[in-house]
Amino acid sequence: MSVHETSDQSRRDFLYVATAMAGAVGAAGVAWPFIDQMRPDASTLALASIEVDVSALEPGMSLTVKWRGKPVFIRNRTEKEIEEAKAVPLAELKDPVARNANIAADAPATDDDRSAGQGKENWLVMIGSCTHLGCVPLGQQGEFGGWFCPCHGSHYDTAGRIRKGPAPENLAVPKFEFISDTTIQIG
Amino acid sequence: MSGHSSYTPKSGLGKWIDARMPLPRLMYDSFVAYPVPRNLNYAYAFGGILSIMLVAQILTGVVLAMHYAADTGLAFNSVEKIMRDVNSGWLLRYMHANGASFFFIAVYIHIFRGLYYGSYKAPRELLWILGVLIYFLMMATGFMGYVLPWGQMSFWGATVITGFFTAIPLVGEWIQTFLLGGFAVDNPTLNRFFSLHYLLPFMIAGVVVLHVWALHVTGQTNPTGIEVKSKTDTLAFTPYATMKDAFAMVVFIAVLAYFIFYIPNYLGHPDNYTIANPLKTPAHIVPEWYYLPFYAILRAITFSIGPIDSKLGGVIAMFGSILILFVVPWLDTSKVRSAVYRPWYKLFFWLFVIDAIFLGWLGSRPAEGTYVAMAQVATAYYFAFFIIIMPILGLIETPKRLPNSITEAVLEKNKGGASVQPAGSAASPETKG
Repeated sequence: MSVHETSDQSRRDFLYVATAMAGAVGAAGVAWPFIDQMRPDASTLALASIEVDVSALEPGMSLTVKWRGKPVFIRNRTEKEIEEAKAVPLAELKDPVARNANIAADAPATDDDRSAGQGKENWLVMIGSCTHLGCVPLGQQGEFGGWFCPCHGSHYDTAGRIRKGPAPENLAVPKFEFISDTTIQIG
Repeated sequence: MSGHSSYTPKSGLGKWIDARMPLPRLMYDSFVAYPVPRNLNYAYAFGGILSIMLVAQILTGVVLAMHYAADTGLAFNSVEKIMRDVNSGWLLRYMHANGASFFFIAVYIHIFRGLYYGSYKAPRELLWILGVLIYFLMMATGFMGYVLPWGQMSFWGATVITGFFTAIPLVGEWIQTFLLGGFAVDNPTLNRFFSLHYLLPFMIAGVVVLHVWALHVTGQTNPTGIEVKSKTDTLAFTPYATMKDAFAMVVFIAVLAYFIFYIPNYLGHPDNYTIANPLKTPAHIVPEWYYLPFYAILRAITFSIGPIDSKLGGVIAMFGSILILFVVPWLDTSKVRSAVYRPWYKLFFWLFVIDAIFLGWLGSRPAEGTYVAMAQVATAYYFAFFIIIMPILGLIETPKRLPNSITEAVLEKNKGGASVQPAGSAASPETKG
């Protein structure tokens, strides 16, 4: 009789555990669509790339376009701005990485690697969203003549590199290319 | 405190219901016969005020939702429509917006009351934790509600606050995108915030039920901090506490009415009457006033601490300043509950109140120059109060002599020092051990 009882007991334990496991897997399966719906939907992801005509931008002029709900700064920099940015030694930078989606992830934040590159170094294309908490920095302001974020006082230089304030990273350079001499495709 | 029920249904219907679902008995025992300490002052009226504010916010919110459109193209104009076209819409919206501010005024007084009289100490730890949880839910609800009018402050407040999550290493960006439903604050964000803003108040109501339940298990504290010992220490909830609470509510709501009718936008920000523009940040972003102290703490961390950069450090300090409230019952080592009998704690407590208000003011200032240094000092005191002063003071402070009971404390006060206990009680026996 006692033998019968113990074997019955372990079978019962097994059934409890198996039932609980099946229930947990089922609950997780039901929970998934409730969580999954929070992610960006197809129409949001579809806004992947835009084309911008920059023919009207003379040196010293900027354009702000909206890409993926965020502003993108396109600036035709002056000689002076380029000189200033080039003169900064890398050791002085708070964030020494280029943060440029078009080149290697660990590329140094030289002026060449921040701009559109050799020959097009007057062009600077950056996401205009402060790397601190996402405010839009104001152009040609701040202590380094670049951008200044009014929210929490981050100063960026003329190559969009963080120089002072709470922001941890340089302004991000999105994936972009010149598809003609006067048209930039972002994304 | 939950003694035997003294409810006796008189009518036949009353007996019939009582035998089947004794809800009237529960109400009678909780809000009529329930014994409360006889020495409660007006600081204890804010629990009742908070309940009425929650009900008012839910009622005005439900009717506002009948006229509001949660779509980035329509939201701002639908709020203006409420203000101009909807019958009594302006009044309902001002009641809801100012009601939110007064809800927070009441909750801050309620929290400071708890800190002053040591209401969080054993056996009321869970009661306190549930209260902090309600406060946390209130902050989330208030934040999401502020986004709905889709003004400039709505948009940029939402951007900055969801930006906090990007401070988390590795998964931060992913979490922010997940919360926003996109790469920036946009229509999916507004829709889900509206849904959650409607849901959370009902979750608050649920936690309030638990909060009141826990309160009715342990009983209320009182200004002396001494537990109820005999029947002479208490009075029946009705009419004594009911009347006192009702009077406090009338005064509180009269002040709220003054704001609603005469200065309805005093606590708001004019930038929020400008429609949201994702390409232009207002010159000076400030959150609603009730978040300002935490905003100041966020911005006070301008330096890196080891591997934690200033951005993550700021976010940790800001969330930490709220989360630390959860462990207050274990940080305070003093055996004496009420600050009335703790001369040093009383001093540090009032410094803490001033510090919190000062942080709030700093939060409204731009983050530059001496404001940053002042915010750092104030933040240091904020944390020192909990982490250093509370544990150490409890061990070294000599409290004043405690009365033997609430009754004794009340009679002593009313008889101008002549007490039922041996005379000269204020002179010497304060010394510990």
